Amino acid sequence: MTLRIQYSRVAKVALTYAALMLGAAIVILPIYLAVVNSLLPKEQAISYPPKLFPPHPQLGAYKKAMESVPLARYMFNSFAQSSVITIGQLATSVIAAYAFAFMRFPLRNFLFILFLSTLMVPFEASIIPNFQTVQMMGDVLGGKILSLDSYQALTIPFLATAFGTFLMRQHFMTIPLELRDAAAIDGYGHLRFLWHVVLPLSKPALGTLAVFSYLAAWNQYLWPLLVTNSDTYRTVQIGLAGLASQEIDSINVVMAGTVIALLPMLIVIVIFQRQLVRGLMTGAIKG
Amino acid sequence: MKSGDAATAALPAPVPLRRRYPWLGGLSRFGGGMVFLALPLFLFGVFVFYPLVKSIYLGFFVSDPFGHGQEFVGFDQYREVLTSPDFRKSLLVTVLFALYTVPTGMILGLVFALLANQRLHGALFFRTVFSSTIAASVAVAAVMWLMLLNPSAGIVNWVLGQFDLPRVNWLTDPQWRQTWDSGPALMAVSLTTIWLNIGFTTLVLLAALQNIPQELYESARVDGASPWSLLRHITLPMLSPALLFVVIVASINAFQSFGQIHILTRGGPLDATNVIVYSIYTDAFINFEYGAAAVRAVALFVLVLAFTLVQFRFLAGKVFYR
Repeated sequence: MTLRIQYSRVAKVALTYAALMLGAAIVILPIYLAVVNSLLPKEQAISYPPKLFPPHPQLGAYKKAMESVPLARYMFNSFAQSSVITIGQLATSVIAAYAFAFMRFPLRNFLFILFLSTLMVPFEASIIPNFQTVQMMGDVLGGKILSLDSYQALTIPFLATAFGTFLMRQHFMTIPLELRDAAAIDGYGHLRFLWHVVLPLSKPALGTLAVFSYLAAWNQYLWPLLVTNSDTYRTVQIGLAGLASQEIDSINVVMAGTVIALLPMLIVIVIFQRQLVRGLMTGAIKG
Repeated sequence: MKSGDAATAALPAPVPLRRRYPWLGGLSRFGGGMVFLALPLFLFGVFVFYPLVKSIYLGFFVSDPFGHGQEFVGFDQYREVLTSPDFRKSLLVTVLFALYTVPTGMILGLVFALLANQRLHGALFFRTVFSSTIAASVAVAAVMWLMLLNPSAGIVNWVLGQFDLPRVNWLTDPQWRQTWDSGPALMAVSLTTIWLNIGFTTLVLLAALQNIPQELYESARVDGASPWSLLRHITLPMLSPALLFVVIVASINAFQSFGQIHILTRGGPLDATNVIVYSIYTDAFINFEYGAAAVRAVALFVLVLAFTLVQFRFLAGKVFYR
């Protein structure tokens, strides 16, 4: 009896491991092959059958990729864009969510619904007028505040987010209102209460929102494709697509560029894996 | 809001403004709120609401290929574009793309999350591997799959060859042996997208799984529940809010996908991957037909709105909230 239970338990664990390995192999295969191909010389990278190991790994393709296009500049632009958007979204979301959660004023619910309604408008559906707006602002203002091919064009349209506001408001609603009353008696104004009481209680939700904002900004493709046309402001996604069509005959070089574009985010994800799960658990999707 | 109350006004002693005009309090509170909301409201106004109205408006005008000299045509352009075969094709491709990617991605993510949530050695390693594709941007994923799907040297065709299956020209064959309306190209773009999304889906579902109280399982096991009924009656109901979240995010993503198509197929071959967003891009920014592109944009807006509402209507009722 006990022996049979042991057997079935061992079999179950073995099966689970087998399934885990198979799944992991499929998920990791594209990344693994990208690394392998980036380490191969050009002739071997496009040979059949595909190489699963680099017999003589070499880094020449990385050098070639960096020379072929200004990858470092592209990476910097993406970092700059994503960082500004993330900081801006955190600030506007926290402040707006605070008003929705802790302040009472006429039209509050209407304004909240108005915020949420922006979630229904896909950015792609409004991309033509937005492009025209940025183009027109550039002409009118002489390229000062907002114009095509600038960091402003990459960031300003995304500084407010209904998703972030909603996320933070849901979290703020779990903070008892009595805390606000007590703080008011101690002479705390809204800003001091927000800074010294609300924010310290909201770190996991802030972390979750920061990760979502950063990833979404980093992933942008269509908008940067439209509004940037020089290497000075081009982001790494567009730069990588450019590298792929420019070096179409050198898969090793294209893969080297891909690995460079992937690596920073991969490191962040691996390091913050636990925090990511914990952040998602404590806030994001509780209904 | 009442103002100028006679009894209050007649009082001899000076009355605080707020008591004499009660609506002033409301106004000042409104002003206080607006200080916090002004910036996001301004940004939404400029970059969300105005463009939406402007898109609808642009649809009434035909623009020449140089983007100026607009001519008002009323609803003619809406009728013309929305009934054209190429719009119908792109609508079909968009919906098919969502149908290929959303359910598959959700089921795979669920399987991965359930597997990696077991208490085993190395579980954290597998969780990290499964969620690793979050790190890949759409361009990274598309360029990688460009290599994997290479007809002569890609691993996908090599694997097919090992099973004596014929090679497929993934990105250039418009038809799948003339039997399916959408060919391998849409399949290739979908594969890329499923891979790209699997990390996010798995991560969200993992987090939701870890939120399920273990006592539920323990008491059910005491009652002799089988693993299957644990999954059926505890795990899935408790996961349903997260599953709804994943389905809605994935379908909105599917309707907005552009990067992988731009890199892998450019909407081709023969419009087999010409989703609505891609056709907006070609119309507006390659052909400079802003009016026709705006009509497609409005159609995309309506499609996403309808789809989201339908999902809420039919799925939200099935969601179990604690």
